[in-house]
This record gives sequence, C-alpha cells and structure tokens, in this order.
Amino acid sequence: MEQADLRKLEAQCVQEEPPFCTAACPLHVDARAFCSLMGQGDWDKAWAVLARTLPLPGVLSRLCHGPCMEACVRSAKGGAINIPALERFCAEQGGRAARTIPMPAKGKRVCVLGGGLAGLSAAWDLVRKGIRVVLHSERPGLDLAREGASPLPAGVLDAELERMVRLGADFQAPVAMTAESLQALLEEFDAVIVDCAEQDIEGLGLGEPDTMTLGTNMPGVFVAGQCDEHVFQAASGRKAALSAERFMQGASMVAGREREDPYPSKLFTNVDDVAEVAPEPVPEQGYDAQQARAEGLRCIRCECLECVKHCEYLARFGSYPKVYARQIYNNQSIVMGTRQANTLINSCTMCGLCEELCPGDFSMEDLCLQARRELVEQGNMPPSAHEFALRDMHFANGPDCALARHAPGEKTSTHLFFPGCQLTASRPAAVRAAYDHLRAHIPAMGIMLRCCGAPAHWAGRTREYERSMDELRSQWESLGRPAIVCACPTCQGMLQNALPAAAVVDLWQVLQGAGVPESVKGADMELTVHDPCTTRYEPEIRQQARGLLQSVGVRVREADMSGNLTECCGFGGLLAEANPELGADVAKRRADSLPGELVTYCAMCRDMLAKGGARISHVLDILFPDPSAGDLAARPAPGYSRRRENRAHLREGLLTDLWREPGDPPKPYEELAVSFTEACLATMEQRRILESDVRKTLLRARETGRRLVYAQSGRYRAVFRPVAVTYWVEFEETGDGYLVHNAWCHRMRVAGGAA
Amino acid sequence: MSVIRVPEADAQGWSCDACGEPLVPAPVDLEYLDSRFTVELPRCAKCGFVLIPEALAMGKMLEVEKLLEDK
Ligand code: SF4
Ligand code: SF4
Ligand code: SF4
Ligand SMILES: [Zn+2]
Repeated sequence: MEQADLRKLEAQCVQEEPPFCTAACPLHVDARAFCSLMGQGDWDKAWAVLARTLPLPGVLSRLCHGPCMEACVRSAKGGAINIPALERFCAEQGGRAARTIPMPAKGKRVCVLGGGLAGLSAAWDLVRKGIRVVLHSERPGLDLAREGASPLPAGVLDAELERMVRLGADFQAPVAMTAESLQALLEEFDAVIVDCAEQDIEGLGLGEPDTMTLGTNMPGVFVAGQCDEHVFQAASGRKAALSAERFMQGASMVAGREREDPYPSKLFTNVDDVAEVAPEPVPEQGYDAQQARAEGLRCIRCECLECVKHCEYLARFGSYPKVYARQIYNNQSIVMGTRQANTLINSCTMCGLCEELCPGDFSMEDLCLQARRELVEQGNMPPSAHEFALRDMHFANGPDCALARHAPGEKTSTHLFFPGCQLTASRPAAVRAAYDHLRAHIPAMGIMLRCCGAPAHWAGRTREYERSMDELRSQWESLGRPAIVCACPTCQGMLQNALPAAAVVDLWQVLQGAGVPESVKGADMELTVHDPCTTRYEPEIRQQARGLLQSVGVRVREADMSGNLTECCGFGGLLAEANPELGADVAKRRADSLPGELVTYCAMCRDMLAKGGARISHVLDILFPDPSAGDLAARPAPGYSRRRENRAHLREGLLTDLWREPGDPPKPYEELAVSFTEACLATMEQRRILESDVRKTLLRARETGRRLVYAQSGRYRAVFRPVAVTYWVEFEETGDGYLVHNAWCHRMRVAGGAA
Repeated sequence: MSVIRVPEADAQGWSCDACGEPLVPAPVDLEYLDSRFTVELPRCAKCGFVLIPEALAMGKMLEVEKLLEDK
C-alpha cells in the first residue's frame, strides 16, 4: 500500500468527522462532548469543554442563540438538543476554567479598534497566545451590557475583561480613524484589527474584506464584526486574530482554512433505531440540574460506526476502519520489529458487510486481502495462520478425495455436479443422494470432487490459488466444458470468476427444474434463512434457495440482517483458522441473533452456526433426509479428522458403487488399531491434530523403536515431524493396538533432531 | 549464549525406551523461522532423544512461536 492509497482509504471512513453540531457551530465547540458531560451532571468538565473553545466563555455561553441546533440530527427524532440552554445552565454553575498560563511574550503587538464581541474575541485569542494587544474602545463590551434583556449577570463581563488585562491587554480610549491614522497605526503595530460594529469603515479605502481572511486593501489591516449575532461576531473576531497572526509570521493567509466557517459535516449517523424524545422545555429562569441532565442525555453522541455495530471482528479490535487502515499500513512498512497488525489482517471474515453498510463504501475485505497478499509476497505471513486450511485444501484436491468423471456409463457430460469440499466433508450422504437424484433426471451429469480454491484465495496465496484453478480448468475442459452445478455459493462465486466461459448455476435452481423427491413434499415447518455472506450480491441464488425450500412446504422466515445485509458465520476469510476464539464468537453471535430454527444453503455456515449453538439444517438435509442419521438439524459439526474421512469415503463409495472400481488399498498407518480417549479427541480437535498425524507418529515409533517410556505406568511417548509441525503422542499398548491418551504439537524444532 | 531453563520441562520418571537411559537435563538448540536459542531440556544421554513436554509445547513455546511469526 502506498501512502496515497492510505489517504484515499482514510478519506472513505467518516467516523472521525466532527459531529453535525460542531461543524455548524461558528466556533466549532465540541458540543457532543459537552452534552455528554452535561448528561452525566459533570458541570465542571462540561464547562472546561466550553472554556477551551469559546472566547470570553462566560459571556458567549450566555449569549449564543445556537445556530448549531439547525444541524442537530436529533431534530428528526423529537427535536434538536437545546445546546444554548445547556450552556447557560452550565455557566450559571460558576464553572471555572483551568487558569490560563500566560504564554511567553512574542514581542508582537496588535492594535484592535473597537470593543464589540468581534474586537474582544480577537483580543482574547491574541493575548492568550502571548501577543500584546492595545484595544481602543469607549467602553469594551458596552453593547452587551446595554441590551435590555441581556442575560449577562453583573460582573461576568468585567471578570473576563480583567482576565484579558492580566494576560496583557491594554484597554484605551477610542481614537479617530482615518486612512492616515490606520497607516500610522500599522507603523506602530504589527497588525490592526477593526471591529466594524463600533467603527464605520466607509471611505477608508479598505474595500470589501476578503471572506476567508477578512484582509483588506491595506495589508495588515483586518475587518471583523460585519454580522449581527453574537456568536458570529465572536467567530469573525477569531478569524481576524488568526489572520493577523499569520500575517505577522509571514505564513500563508489561506492554507488549511476551508473549515473555519460553519460547514456541513461529512459524518454519517444512522438514527433509524433512535427513539423519539421531545426536548426538555426551558422554564423562564432556565434549566435546573435535573432538566439539564435530561436534555444532555438526549444527545445521541453522533458517530458512524455502522460497520462496527454489525461486525464482531471490527468491534473486537477496539477501533474502526480508518484507524485499522493506518495500522495495516504501518504493519507493512515494518522492517525490523513486531508487526502488530498481523492478527487484525488475518481475522477479517471478508464478508463484505462493512462495505455494504458504509456510507463511503469502505471495504475491509479489499484492505485485508491486499495486506495478506503482501505478507505472503514478502515472506512475512505467519506460517501458523493458514497452513492447516491450506493442507486441508491440498488433501481435498489430492488423490484421496478428488474425482472428475462423466456419469457412469456416459461418454460426455452436459452438466457437472460440483458439491464443494465442505459439503462433502460435512455430510457426504447428502452429496451422494443429490447426485443419484440428479442423474435420474439429467443422465449426462458428471461429477467433480475437489476444493474450489477459496482457502488459497482468502489466505492471499495467489499462486497457489491459480495453480489449483488451472488444474480445475483443465479437468473441466477435458470433460467437454459442461455446465457446472454448484451446491455451495462460495464455490459458485469462485468458479464464475475463474471460468468466465463456463455456465455456472446453483443446485437449487437445477433441483427445482428436475423436481424434488416426492417423499419430502409437504414438510410443514417454519425456518429462518441464514444467507451465506457469499450470496450478498447474488439475489438470484438467494431466491432459488428459498424457492426450493418453499417447493417442499417450508415456510421461510426472514431475519433482519439477511439478503445483502447478511452477517458471516465466522468461517469467511479463514477467520476460524487464523483466530479460532474470535471465529467461535462470531458464529455464536450470529446464531444467537437469528430467531427460531434455522436453515441455510452453505455447508460451512451450517456447521459454524451449529457450533454456535443453533438448531440448523442444510437445504439438502431437508431434501435428502436420512432416518438412520437421526435429527439432522441437531447433529454436531464433524471434527477435522472426520471431515477428511468423509471426503475420502465419499470418493471411495462412488468409485466402488457407481464405477465398480476397487478402492485404494489402505495405507500402512491406516491399518494400525488405534483408539482414543474422549478427552484426547477433544484436545486434538482444539489443537488441530488429525488422527492421521497421530497414526503416522505411532507407525514411525513402531518402525524405529524410538519412544520414551514411563516405567511406573507403562505409558509411552512418540514423536514425528512430517513437514512443518512436530507431533507428540502419549499412549499405551493394548494387546495388538494402541490407546492414545494425549497429543500435542509445536512448530519450533530441535536443531538437527527428530523433534 | 546463555541457556534458558524452563520449569515446564520436567521429565521425572521418563526414560529412553531404546537405550534404557533416563532423560537428564541438557542444553538443546531450538530453532524457528530465523531464530535459535539454547534451552535446557530432558534428553537421552546416549542417543540424544529430546522430550518437549506438553506444558512447554502448548505454553511458552507456542507464545514464542507466535512472537517470532510477527517479527
Ligand atoms: S450554542 Fe452556540 S457556541 Fe454553543 S455549540 Fe451551539 S453554536 Fe456553538
Ligand atoms: S445529537 Fe448530539 S452530537 Fe448529534 S448533532 Fe445533536 S447535539 Fe450534536
Ligand atoms: S461504516 Fe465504518 S468504515 Fe464506513 S464511515 Fe462508518 S465507521 Fe467508517
Ligand atoms: Zn536414547
């Protein structure tokens, strides 16, 4: 990722945009933080928020009419937050801002002509920065005190003027203003600010002040206060002060000032689920403490986080995509040291929901996929992240599981059944039943057992993915380019992408055309559909699956987050491999969020949500039930070893039953008589240790005689490192076989040794 | 290079079946990715069979593997 790409990505996420109120406030008060503190009744801290931003805070907090309210998104849900009333209450609590420590004098002097709120605000800002100010006015703030209904209590203005004097403001009598006197002042001072509320600037040759800088025809002279409301006057004083400062420093007068005036925030805040609450009415004497808290609590503290709210992964890492983009960018630029974001990169489910929800179309999927590819490319991908999944893919594509043939007795294929390696692993009987049913209606239905390559794609292993696809493509071509019938939406997406010349259809549609088994019609049940995240942009597949369910009498219940808003089961992007705990949490959250009994049309979703605690069927469980297999919706997801065996047995069964070919002879390690304790099987599953790995280890010990023994118990330990992982097995001998009690593994190895 | 001692590497009572020798603590070189350390581990003095006990493999060793993978 280049720096420019990062900037572009960051700009897509609006979470850090200011809230609408702050953007609309002429002085950009952090009203969100203010409201939140008011809601907590923390008047002192709330006051500190105001005092940090407002010039003459005691005055402005009581005088502002609240243009921020026009932008408040609460308007749509009861009414805008009454921030001006809150500010007044807060000021009345006598909140004291932390003492300002005078800045070291900068040796600069500015002359301010006029003591309205613009002139005073300009002077306020300048003296706080260590710039000396001489302010000429008949009576600073006279206007404010004069107003009949002024809500300014006696003494407030004076206290703030005194503070300015302490910081180096010098209040002097007014001076006559002419073009010449301005020129003279410019010689004496470094800049001059004219508050035109008290001064007439006609005929001075200053011209119309520039809207962005308030600069005039006379360089160094700035004109503020050309507006009515107090808060706008204060803002223009602040603007003039900033211009004077830049002028004195010789800095650019315009750079980075686009957002000085009120502007529309780019923030997005979803208020769909916000309940309507009417504003707290303001009594004559203003809010009391309870009312102020209640009004503060009405603020919904605008932010976006649309994606984070719906994604356990995004929530888990404690931030949001803009921050993640930066972390991932930094991760990639590390040469020496720890790459902190590897787990972040490898935990994205790549389900596309964030992009769908995001107002700026931010895609964590694209970001993480690119980052994974780069890690792989640089040789920095943690080996433990995806190796197990890739091994599984190789196994599915290897001689034990893979198959590509015309139907028995056929010389060609019009169609090719592609069940996918996960359905084959999860419920091989359903694959077999579906294939038999399909051939009864479409005789030239070939079959291809293998993995679609999704694991390699998700792991960022581009070359491995392409190798697998090349092999798949040539098999498909040698079968005469039949139409591919997919039973897994992930496979379907992968194949559509990689074989643009192929007709790829979903099994649900084909089954509807072929007709469903008579025996399952009239299934009288109501099920909630979980759409696999790979169908987010495949409305037709979603429709076909529903249609198929309805055709056998299932009443389909729709969940809130379904269709293009569906949430991932926790398997996507290989999350469950790289970060098993999070994968389990994602599955559980999704399972808990869906009402009633569930149905889906992806074998991996079915197994993940079953692990997450749901009662869930695969569409094919309903179409091809198996009385001998018991309650299919309640069946546990098979473990890793079982999944492998299921694939191998399916292939073997097809070969012997349909093609009358003998199966492969068992491998020597398969012939050992091995049993496992229950606890050991659970441990192995959690540690991703396969029964075949254990068997190979036992066989190795038998062949070499190398093992450890514990004399008292008669237990043995053996070790074997087939490739990248060392396996340890603790066992006892039982007559002609073995009982395995425990197994563990590690990747580190003894230099030059067996382990 | 200093030898790391790990309390998890207890192998009381285990011996090498082929040699009939008890396992005794000895410095052993472990390697992963581009790193190498010397750790004191139970080993057969005769044939050099080294035991990596479960507590070590699934505890400290796993932690270090993860750390090295992110380096
Ligand atoms: S009340 Fe006035 S000063 Fe306060 S946030 Fe609103 S516009 Fe800004
Ligand atoms: S709800 Fe709160 S944060 Fe949002 S715009 Fe209104 S005052 Fe600002
Ligand atoms: S949806 Fe997520 S990525 Fe998009 S703007 Fe909101 S917080 Fe940022
Ligand atoms: Zn030995």
